[in-house]
Amino acid sequence: MDVTGLSLTTITLFLPMVGLAILLFMNGETQKANLKWVAFATSIVTFVASVLMWINFDPGTSELQMVQRNTWAEVSLGESVINISYFVGVDGISMLLVLLTTFIMPISILGSFGSHIFEERGREKLYYIFLMLLEWSMIGVFVVHDLIIFYVFWEVTLVPMYFLIGIWGSEERIYAAVKFFLYTMAGSILMLIAILYVGNRAGTFSTYSAGGDIGVIERVQTWEGEGTYWDAADPEAAGEEAGFLLNSVESWLFLGFLVAFAIKVPIFPFHSWLPDAHVQAPTAGSVILAGVLLKMGTYGIVRFNLNLFPEATVAWAPTIAFLGVVGIIYGAWVSYAQDNVKKLVAYSSVSHLGFVVVGIFALNAQGLQGATLQMVNHGISTGGLFLIVGMLYERWHTKEMADYGGVWKVMPLFGAISLVISLSSMGLPGLNGFIGEFTILLGSLGSDYLGFAFTLFATLGVIMAAVYLLKMFQHVFMGELKKPLSSEEGYKLSWSEKAAFIPIIIMIFWMGIQPIVFFNMLDVSVDSIVALFVR
Amino acid sequence: MFESPTIAEFLAQSNLASTLPGILLLAWTLILVLVDLFAGEEREHWTPVAACIGLGISFVANAFVYSPAEGEQIALYGMFIADAFTGFLNMVILVATLIAVLMSWDYLKRADIHRGEYYILALISSAGAMFMVAANDLIIIFVALELLSIPLYILAAFRSIKNDGSELSLKSEESGMKYFILGAFSSAFLVFGAALVYGATGATNIPQIFSMAGGIVGGTSAAAFYLLIGAALLVVGLGFKVAVVPFHMWTPDVYEGAPTPVTAFMSVTAKVGGFAALLRVLITGLSVLVLAEGEAAAWQSTTTIIAILTLVLGNFVAISQRNLKRMLAYSSIAHAGYIMVAVAAAGAAHVADAATQSALVYMMAYMFTNLGAFAVVMAIEREDGSGGNIDDITGLAKTRPLMAMAMTFFMLSLTGIPLTAGFVGKFMIFSSAIQAGLIGLAVIGVLTSVVSAFYYVRVVVNMYLRDSAVDAQPALETPYVRWAINISLAGTMIFGIFYPLATNLVSMVSIV
Repeated sequence: MDVTGLSLTTITLFLPMVGLAILLFMNGETQKANLKWVAFATSIVTFVASVLMWINFDPGTSELQMVQRNTWAEVSLGESVINISYFVGVDGISMLLVLLTTFIMPISILGSFGSHIFEERGREKLYYIFLMLLEWSMIGVFVVHDLIIFYVFWEVTLVPMYFLIGIWGSEERIYAAVKFFLYTMAGSILMLIAILYVGNRAGTFSTYSAGGDIGVIERVQTWEGEGTYWDAADPEAAGEEAGFLLNSVESWLFLGFLVAFAIKVPIFPFHSWLPDAHVQAPTAGSVILAGVLLKMGTYGIVRFNLNLFPEATVAWAPTIAFLGVVGIIYGAWVSYAQDNVKKLVAYSSVSHLGFVVVGIFALNAQGLQGATLQMVNHGISTGGLFLIVGMLYERWHTKEMADYGGVWKVMPLFGAISLVISLSSMGLPGLNGFIGEFTILLGSLGSDYLGFAFTLFATLGVIMAAVYLLKMFQHVFMGELKKPLSSEEGYKLSWSEKAAFIPIIIMIFWMGIQPIVFFNMLDVSVDSIVALFVR
Repeated sequence: MFESPTIAEFLAQSNLASTLPGILLLAWTLILVLVDLFAGEEREHWTPVAACIGLGISFVANAFVYSPAEGEQIALYGMFIADAFTGFLNMVILVATLIAVLMSWDYLKRADIHRGEYYILALISSAGAMFMVAANDLIIIFVALELLSIPLYILAAFRSIKNDGSELSLKSEESGMKYFILGAFSSAFLVFGAALVYGATGATNIPQIFSMAGGIVGGTSAAAFYLLIGAALLVVGLGFKVAVVPFHMWTPDVYEGAPTPVTAFMSVTAKVGGFAALLRVLITGLSVLVLAEGEAAAWQSTTTIIAILTLVLGNFVAISQRNLKRMLAYSSIAHAGYIMVAVAAAGAAHVADAATQSALVYMMAYMFTNLGAFAVVMAIEREDGSGGNIDDITGLAKTRPLMAMAMTFFMLSLTGIPLTAGFVGKFMIFSSAIQAGLIGLAVIGVLTSVVSAFYYVRVVVNMYLRDSAVDAQPALETPYVRWAINISLAGTMIFGIFYPLATNLVSMVSIV
């Protein structure tokens, strides 16, 4: 059944495309000054639309809300007819991540208002077009509930990000851009095979049931035996061999999806593209990359791996959570060793996302809620950190920590803001980071699937985060000023820089002091997923 | 045998009307000869214009003859078949020829080899391809293949008519000669295969082969053996035409040496014709060729191996190419590999239709994208043939932003990134491979497309991310060439974004 009529989700999704269309028809030379305003206005309107969604959102149901579903194509494959549909809607998890996306976007646009990159590389019009395309595809990833269309959005995010890094990045940009493109494409293309397999077998690509049509999630549950993995050929016989993890189709499909997401997150052994991409990307690129793009991976794990393959999830949970813990410690360790401040922040992402992975694979309500909240927290605080690094670079043109020192003395406001954001990233109680990490640790402690050791080593990560972030803060902001700027004017924060920080600071305190607002959004949606794993 | 009929009876029985698109095009070329003869020097542009009109007429006739409501029609006593398969591929061939003609006009003038014969040969060749996709008989397949190929041999060597001893004209001559010898060689395989199949089944008509083969297969007679050998030789013969590994050796040299519009043209029409015949022979005729009861067709394993070899070799060798034409030549080998995946999938009876449809969509996507890419390469090539290296497109985004954007979309489409036609084709092909249970093949297919991303993305890197030291001014960016690029771009994007458009066009196709 089709749920037609324009839903608010669709409107929010396609608003960036409106901005893109306007930008396309503007003249890149004569209207240069207006380009950024069009992009900024579009992102603000999109943000307002997503807040409207939030107002309309009913946290009391786990059903998708603001749904729109139109049949997109009917493919006859052999005997069966397979529906691909434009199917959008939000539950609590999607809602929160859509808000994060639309929140980060205007900030990153503000962050590039006065940037020097346009003086060097020009092509401002193209830059904002790619930002709009990126926003469109990121929102798409979070609201679409059809596997094929999801894959389309997922892959499309690659293209603008590739160009953002490649055209406006720093010295090693081409290497970083190509590595980013190939690495993430290699992961996601295997997901395509898994998607085609699941969809062909289920006879539909819609993940959720809508109207009279049964979605993949519901269909898959009928394939599940008691504690057995389903198998393509013979579900009965498959159970006998289920002892061996790799011996079932479900397990392979789980991995097919997981590798795509793990590269995006990135989970520990798949992280090597991230430092390159982060360090070379322009500030807005880094903010979006850390703020939103990485969350697509963790979101995908929650939405698809957990829902579609619960049995395999249970079997793999300790392994993946172990990789998560390794990521926490490894990321923190490597981060501490960096001399390059942008690299330090980049590796801190590996560490923070490790927490999210542990939270997800705790497979209980606290773990998942904490993980989802931590996705948002990390988006805000690491996004903020990248903004800070970007503004430092705009002034001093270096990323080496050794060249800095004493910035607080000349830029006290900037120093104070940076301190708050660093503390939030560390997980100081009262600020947002604490809530997410604490809930995750609580979840992993109470998990049926993870042992005490996971909690213990993850907690170490919290301490190590304090170590490397304080090291960064001390080197950059404390001590004597090593390299004074040529003019006093340089120390002033421009209005757009101040404006970019205000919402970040507000969110840091709001989420830290009143997290219940956000937990309420997630409660019911998370419970419906966790119900699959209650023993 | 039938008694010789009167002309009226012949016309009534032969159902000539359903062969109209091909015959009209062939007849039009005769008019073209006269036009070219009397047009004279000052009005030499009449020939290409007339060629375009001919293509248009044939296109309209095709739309009438193959409307889905008509169902399939047999013409000329079973020699031709007019069904949705034929109709769809006719469209692909006609659009490809149109784009190729648009590309040729200024190229030929600049190279000073502008002769009316060029268009006549191109039209004959595409008429041959149209007969090939309609062929329902091994003999017609052979005749159509020659009609398709012989003009291509001449076209490949077309640059040498100037005979100035320059490297370009020598290369072109070499290209035509190589293509001719290997083409003739492969035709011999095809004919020998057809002879063996005829010997085994007593039929050259494909549906008859199907009904006869059912009785032979599974028996212990020598006929089953000859049928198997015959089928293998048919695959070899057609494999040469579509350039799959290990029958691909001629491709890079021929593609590089031939005039660029000819390369673009033959990289599409020869493949479309060859794959159409291959699908028709294998699916319609030999799907009963199984070694054991209940198994997939015997040729599935062969085609699977060919597909894997083609994908791996085509994609990996393309990485090391610096010349764009050579790179596109190897990439076209790789794309033949993807279509071969669909052929292999069709070996499982229950996905034969889905696999055929996916092959057709892929060919259409490939047609638009590949012609577009060749058109851009042609536009930046300089008169002496230089300027076609990967370094020569450096900084194109600054000097020619629209052309660089078009090339970017072509490269993304060849890689198979969503929202382009290439993704739709790949998606359908892998989907049918998974339906057929060939998951390993599908995995190899997607992994090699990651490899292909490497060299396609390099083109984009050079255009956008590097600044050029030399002026990357396109050497041949005329309105006609721009039109060729625009049509290709429109096809690539429209069929990529409006996915149902492609699937609806092929939804009636069934050649089982």
